[in-house]
Amino acid sequence: MDLLEKHKGLAERHALMQALGVETIGVTMEKILSPTRALINGRETILAGTNNYMGITFDPSCIEAGRRALAEQGTGTTGSRIANGTYALHRELENELSRFLNRDHVITFSTGYQANLGMLAGLAGPQDTIFLDADSHASIYDGCTLSGARLIRFRHNSAADLEKRLARHDGEGGRLVVLEGIYSMFGDRPPLDEFVDVKRRHDFALLVDEAHSTGVLGEHGRGLADEAGLEDEVDFIIGTFSKSFGAIGGFGASNHPDFEFIRYATRAYMFTASPSPASIATTLQAVRVLDARPELRDSLRRNSARLHTGLRDIGLELCCDEVSPVIAVRVRDEPSTVIMWDALLKAGVYVNLALPPGTPNNTCLLRCSVSAAHSEQDIDTIISLFAKVVAGAAGDAAASA
Amino acid sequence: MSAEPDDIFRDICALLQPLNKEGIELTRETRISADLNVDSMAIMDFIMEVEDRYDIDIPLNDLSDIYSIDQLVHYVHGLVSRKKA
Ligand SMILES: Cc1ncc(COP(=O)(O)O)c(C=O)c1O
Repeated sequence: MDLLEKHKGLAERHALMQALGVETIGVTMEKILSPTRALINGRETILAGTNNYMGITFDPSCIEAGRRALAEQGTGTTGSRIANGTYALHRELENELSRFLNRDHVITFSTGYQANLGMLAGLAGPQDTIFLDADSHASIYDGCTLSGARLIRFRHNSAADLEKRLARHDGEGGRLVVLEGIYSMFGDRPPLDEFVDVKRRHDFALLVDEAHSTGVLGEHGRGLADEAGLEDEVDFIIGTFSKSFGAIGGFGASNHPDFEFIRYATRAYMFTASPSPASIATTLQAVRVLDARPELRDSLRRNSARLHTGLRDIGLELCCDEVSPVIAVRVRDEPSTVIMWDALLKAGVYVNLALPPGTPNNTCLLRCSVSAAHSEQDIDTIISLFAKVVAGAAGDAAASA
Repeated sequence: MSAEPDDIFRDICALLQPLNKEGIELTRETRISADLNVDSMAIMDFIMEVEDRYDIDIPLNDLSDIYSIDQLVHYVHGLVSRKKA
């Protein structure tokens, strides 16, 4: 029996897209010109699907820090910190992050995905129950599964639905509730105050994955809990270095006095190589840049508001009413979405094509992520290309219906 | 609420109808994911409807053992009976 037979559905879907004349998985950026520009099919393209929120991937101080670490400490660590040892740079990054996040303890992981695997499996075990938001990222689902805990899914952003489920729970074992700071597909955020209210009535630990909100939300850029003034109520946070920090890696952070033991208990930390010196060094410098330049957050907010308003004003249906750096345009079906995505790319803007089951509620999306490095002109160009390609097509469909 | 297996079967079929795009006949033997050709997200959303209908929680861990409508009927019946007891 052919083991790959089970993926026939994917091949059929891909063939369907090719029949529409669209190559969705082969897009290659031939040259990266800046945080907001790349050469794609020989053409200079505006990048509006990078999650490069702060736009610091080309920050000269980060590049210099990475270059220096590469020259002085080599290309890789060649093993995990448990087996091969910790570099002083790893510690330095954890200390700097601990200061930035205002949390006593920080553990770094090799990617954000692994941070979720490592944290969730490190915190919960088969005797425990994890309550997770229905729209959680795949890495949260996978971390939950890896933990072996009983998994209860509650309705997206509904503190009332969570409370109902907590009340039904037999109360055996520990309980962990998992939210995200900004949900990656729709760009919406949870009503943290309502969840904290539930926490006052029911005993559980609260974890927030701030992957898309670190650097973005809050007075200090520490994420949703910072913005909501509820950091003391959030027991654990998870984050990634791949978005606002413009690098690769992830972290878990907490004030729990025994938090450090997770290092010696979780396989996604113990049995994988630690981040390379250059990755750590650019991340460390990125933390300092984010700390020193709060104006980047303001630029991001301004750009997000401009794109949000612009897309709404040309009649597009957005998945979130609030302004967010993740702006998702809802399209009626998969073929139209694929065709529009391709037309946008050919017209000079790259956005994310997001389709079920990777999206909530079976929706088809053209997902944009905004950067502080976009200029106003970039945002206006993106809006006008959407007007030409998407609003035009939607109008045609309505007319022919 | 009457929650004999036959009632549960009828309820579940009604809740499944929105996913039954091809309008196939739903029987006890129908395999929910394979025969209706729906993805894992849609299944989990459908399970939430069942949870709401009966005021129960069905942990995601248990879904991997539930293929057919009949298995789901028995699973739900078990939970509902234990709740009453
Ligand atoms: C909410 C959330 N958590 C975790 C991750 C994983 O992070 P990374 O891509 O850095 O591994 C992502 C993004 O990919 C995400 O959106």
